[in-house]
Amino acid sequence: MAFNHKHLLGIQSLSAQDIRTILDTAESLSEISSREVKKVPILRGKTIINLFYEASTRTRSSFELAAKRLSADISNFSKATSAVVKGETLKDTILNLEAMNIDAIIMRHASSGSPHFVSSFCSSHVINAGDGTHEHPTQALLDALTIQQEKQTFKDLKVVIVGDILHSRVARSDLYLLKKLGAKVVLVGPPSLVPPAFKKYGAQIDYNFDRAIEDADVVMMLRIQLERQKRIYFPSLSEYHELFSLTPQRFSRAKHDAIIMHPGPINRDVEISTDMADSAKSVILKQVENGIAVRMAVLYLLLGGKEREITD
Amino acid sequence: MEDKVKAKIMDSRKIKRSFHRMTHEIIERNRDLNNLVIVGVRTRGVFIAHRIQGLIQEFEGIEIPVGVLDITLYRDDFSDPTEQHIVKKTEIDFSIDKRDVLLVDDVLFTGRTIRAAMDSLIDLGRPKSIQLLVFIDRGHRELPIRADYVGKFLPTSRRERVKLQMKEIDNKDEVLIIEPAGTKQE
Repeated sequence: MAFNHKHLLGIQSLSAQDIRTILDTAESLSEISSREVKKVPILRGKTIINLFYEASTRTRSSFELAAKRLSADISNFSKATSAVVKGETLKDTILNLEAMNIDAIIMRHASSGSPHFVSSFCSSHVINAGDGTHEHPTQALLDALTIQQEKQTFKDLKVVIVGDILHSRVARSDLYLLKKLGAKVVLVGPPSLVPPAFKKYGAQIDYNFDRAIEDADVVMMLRIQLERQKRIYFPSLSEYHELFSLTPQRFSRAKHDAIIMHPGPINRDVEISTDMADSAKSVILKQVENGIAVRMAVLYLLLGGKEREITD
Repeated sequence: MEDKVKAKIMDSRKIKRSFHRMTHEIIERNRDLNNLVIVGVRTRGVFIAHRIQGLIQEFEGIEIPVGVLDITLYRDDFSDPTEQHIVKKTEIDFSIDKRDVLLVDDVLFTGRTIRAAMDSLIDLGRPKSIQLLVFIDRGHRELPIRADYVGKFLPTSRRERVKLQMKEIDNKDEVLIIEPAGTKQE
């Protein structure tokens, strides 16, 4: 059960056992958030920086609350109010923060691979909170915790991920994770947003949502990321809505106990109809709740305890 | 070289007698048993807690609630730095406010586990009192902590280990003194 990683950069570098260790630890820690005093002392004295170069409400506050519930000190850093606007490079920013004796950097950045670059020269723990279109490991882990609570197992589960796969770091991390745990993953969307290259990671690809949703156990909807789309990928939002949004009619084709997931933020009545987002089958808010437990688990496993032998 | 069993100190009959004696002491001291709750420290403290619960039920016909405490997040003694402590769930589904809490662990040694357990309990509420039951008290305290109920006092040398085996997880009840591998006889 030992977790011998210094950083959490992505799901790709984790083993199935590492993933299970994180999920088990998250299950144990989830109880703390329902206490009257939502705090345990294990990370007392540790200093963590939330370094967010991209907008985020959920992930940033989730990491912040997770760190605080473990008694770590956390400082938030956002691009707009920092020296980045004066032209400071990422490397200089990190070196300056490290000079303040920090223990970990939680980092979101628009450039894929930036946390990997940072981990190559800094001595703190680096946690990827989303890098460009590459990975968003804690989102995949909280998705996995939610699926595990609802379905108990991943083996042979049919998970359909629908939407802007091309630009989605969530889809990539989820795909890597779900394949490691034995689930079947079908990626759905317009051909312009679902590159066939994903087949090499074990995904099935379907451009027809009505067909793909048959017998699905989990339906995961993604937001259309207009901010990342630098050209036109589909004719209109209303056509997209017609073909790829989750409506009650479509959902009725899935298994009767299927669940609806979405990493948020949701665009109501674009990729998901309001009545689906708010239905009893939706576990969207459960995902948010699990986000704190998973992030507490990651922080505990990376920073808790004394120095260990690190293998990666 | 492997760990060696140096001596077997108690068998299942002696262990049972100690449980009976401690239960009577608890009943004697806690006039209001209805205000008592038991909290076992993972792992073996939980099994001891359930045995005490069963005996109080048998002797007095009162069912005392039992909770489970995991103290990993409150530890100060990461005894083996290469080993990561696996966090397990704390499961106390009753309020400990104003209750008499009987904290239960298997072996009392430095007292650091109990310090952590008490910190953890106090984060969960404000008990009226905390009493401590340990099955073995082996001395060598590093903190001002003592137990209210003790199954057996067992003065040992620091390098020895004392192990309470319980049939719930170890298949039989016994108390062993273990000579860890790689230590010389004094």
